[in-house]
Amino acid sequence: MSNSAKADSVLALHRFGMGPRPGSIAAVGTDPRGALIAELDRPLVLTAAAALPSSAKAYRTVADANARRTARAKQAQQQAKKQQMAAAPVMSEDQTQGQAQGQSADKDAAEMAAKQAAEAIPDPGRPIYLQEAKLRTEAALAADIGFAERLVWFWSNHFCVSANKIQSMSGAYEREAVRANTLGRFVDLLLAVEGHPAMLFYLDNLASMGANSTAGINRSRGLNENIAREIMELHTLGVRTGYTQDDVISFANVMTGWTLVPPGDNPEHGGAFTFNPRLHEPGAQTVLGKRYEQEDAEQGRAVLRDLAAHAATATHVATKLARHFVADEPPPALVAQMAKTFRDTEGDLKQVAIAMVSSDEAWRGPALKLKRPGEWVVGMVRATGITSVDPVRYTGGQELLGEALWRPPAPKGYPDDEASWIDGVGRRLDVANYFAERITGMADPQVIIEDVFGSEIAPEVKQAVGRAESRQQALALLFMSADFQRR
Amino acid sequence: MGSDNHLPTRRELLIGSGTLFAWSQMPRIARAEGRDPRLLVIVLRGALDGLGAVAPVGDADWISLRGDRALVLDGKSPALPLDAFFALNPAMPNLHRLYKSGKASIVHATATPYRERSHFDGQDVLESGFTRPGATASGWLNRALLALESGGRVDPRGSRALGIGSVTPLVVRGSAPVMTWVPQKLLPASQDTQNRLLDLYQHTDPKLASVLQARMKLASLDGAVGTGDPMSDDPTLAPPGIARVRAYFAEAAGTAARYLAKPDGPRVGAMGFVGWDTHIAEGAASGQLYNLLGALDGAFAAIETNMGDAWRETVVVVVTEFGRTARINGTQGTDHGTGTVAFLIGGGLAGGRVIADWPGLKPAQLFEDRDLKPTTDLRAVLKGLLRDHLRVEEKVLAETVFPGSADVRPMPGLVG
Repeated sequence: MSNSAKADSVLALHRFGMGPRPGSIAAVGTDPRGALIAELDRPLVLTAAAALPSSAKAYRTVADANARRTARAKQAQQQAKKQQMAAAPVMSEDQTQGQAQGQSADKDAAEMAAKQAAEAIPDPGRPIYLQEAKLRTEAALAADIGFAERLVWFWSNHFCVSANKIQSMSGAYEREAVRANTLGRFVDLLLAVEGHPAMLFYLDNLASMGANSTAGINRSRGLNENIAREIMELHTLGVRTGYTQDDVISFANVMTGWTLVPPGDNPEHGGAFTFNPRLHEPGAQTVLGKRYEQEDAEQGRAVLRDLAAHAATATHVATKLARHFVADEPPPALVAQMAKTFRDTEGDLKQVAIAMVSSDEAWRGPALKLKRPGEWVVGMVRATGITSVDPVRYTGGQELLGEALWRPPAPKGYPDDEASWIDGVGRRLDVANYFAERITGMADPQVIIEDVFGSEIAPEVKQAVGRAESRQQALALLFMSADFQRR
Repeated sequence: MGSDNHLPTRRELLIGSGTLFAWSQMPRIARAEGRDPRLLVIVLRGALDGLGAVAPVGDADWISLRGDRALVLDGKSPALPLDAFFALNPAMPNLHRLYKSGKASIVHATATPYRERSHFDGQDVLESGFTRPGATASGWLNRALLALESGGRVDPRGSRALGIGSVTPLVVRGSAPVMTWVPQKLLPASQDTQNRLLDLYQHTDPKLASVLQARMKLASLDGAVGTGDPMSDDPTLAPPGIARVRAYFAEAAGTAARYLAKPDGPRVGAMGFVGWDTHIAEGAASGQLYNLLGALDGAFAAIETNMGDAWRETVVVVVTEFGRTARINGTQGTDHGTGTVAFLIGGGLAGGRVIADWPGLKPAQLFEDRDLKPTTDLRAVLKGLLRDHLRVEEKVLAETVFPGSADVRPMPGLVG
């Protein structure tokens, strides 16, 4: 393979894939664009996912455990109180002070007993999160190039939920709603994520009810605007694209009733999506000037379909994709081409991805885009040829780098620009140093440079690696080099 | 509903927050006056409910507005009286004590010029200092620092201190060099490895070189960077409960104070705390907001303690992107609103006041019949502090720090 072909495949792997790994330059071959497009025709099938619980099942498991914890704690507390009553000595008058103290100690003891009893039943949410994290990470390590996986990561961040709020479902949500639709039509992706219980939970829609709904009419509870605002601002149209506070309220009314089956009463379907007509605001609603007369969940689906087809959505999505993959300030012509493809194909996301990698502008150098921590870490592990990870360590490392898996600080997801992440590069050194120490017996920096990178790396890096005082230091310098950090 | 079955709120979302970003110079004019002022800016991300933090208990419409969710003086957990009209959330005894001793002020019914309700645009306006979002890539604090003539570097070893942040907040982005610190949990790479990497970056990537250089400078400011076990099966990596939130706020703010207190440490810093977006079960009197405000109150105590003698010359200003709806929403929380509070604490203040041009709470007095109407421009407060505490010139404040704010006069008399 010629040097320039090698350089193009390395660029393809960094910019559009998960980074080079042993054998990946050959896998890309002489036609990087064709190889990227071909990968979209055979996305990974996560066979190990069959062993993981569905989001509803995961939710029920955590809910059941919590119910048992509460019951166990109550029982222990009552027991402790009974024992204290039985053991209480007869007090004389001058012991009043001591009695008060004794009571407070008894109360503490009862609370402690309750806490211990609850902790005897472990929280199943974290193991589920870790299994999901392992599955997702190993998929990225197993991919030949990883373009399809990168698209899953992109859309998962675009339509993020947070495991800090809904840990049990965070991984299954990505599999069920995002992964299944990233190469399909945007409208199907949108309907899947907004109707997913994890999203409805995350954006506070479960108990939102219309003022005139059956449930709302006699209660003080009512509407929550959160999901309506974030769908328009973050998921579809983009901020400042013309919708008003009234549109937010109307759309929030439309979305009332989109909730989940309470886990306590339904061992089969608890935690699954349901439309609850008792919560739904009756009657027509006007959103962005259009009147929606539909009854039930069809009303929300109709608004979502129109939002998916809105011109502002095409531009918003194309800009975000190009910014993520190509440049913080993506070439306007590239964005325009991708937005046009989005509109011409009614939001066919595979065609939009193909339009991106088919454009010469998406391939221009130099590689200035700073990898996000998640991309950088996975690239580091791929370069060593490692294909399985300890999810505790792995997710811990990502958290230390400021990009905890499925835990973005806000519904906007993690940012994509260099200014947000460059100050964290110093911390990457600690992680690179630690990783290099752990793998120093099994990874040879010279082999990585020559075989994995096809020697497509700056001569200064080669020199620094060659002169390093130890293999650990050589690996740390290699992982920290601009060739590894930028794409 | 199911929120009790899961970690319920965004208060848990602390990852990447609590980071200190600081300027390692001394303001020259203040220095010439024989002062050595410290300023710490704390951004509460997610929009703090000002009415849940500082309640207008003297307003006849208060109870009818919030019903049994209203903080009151004779409630189950009684609010702490500030004056005849306002009372403080009971989670904040430290702030109350500081207020009573004249070392804290509260600005109420305040807001930036932003009047929409997007968190992200709201924070952009709050941090950029411009009147509209997306206008610039730098923050008002950074531009104020740029305008301040340096009275000498406080880091005797060099021009730039060093960074290990994760996500740099806009308020400190810009051309004035700032150093960053985040709570450290990994053993750092050796000095030699850092030197070699710096050399490599200097030959291949100047931007990465400057970031690494800044970090190395900070590390050489001894003492404040802790070390710990590297990534182990560490239970503290699990999502935090409120005890961890309290500990995290106190550690982050306390460490910031230790840096600022050092004779050779920075003088101006900024940090952020997330988790204030209380759409569901806000819990001002006993739930999530109460807990968060308690954690913030603990952070105030940590700052006061760790500042030591420098506390006398310290001002801490706590701001948020906007407030929340005046009424409780359908899920016992509050939605995005407008007017809110700002907290000022520090030994350098002429405090003990609630500064408010109270707009009232009747429906017609609310902004768009839903939010507390803002009557004090937050920029007036910030400009007052920057002018009187750090000695940033008024003209610079109006033109470059908060462009287009010439008609927003710096609020006088905030500092002593």
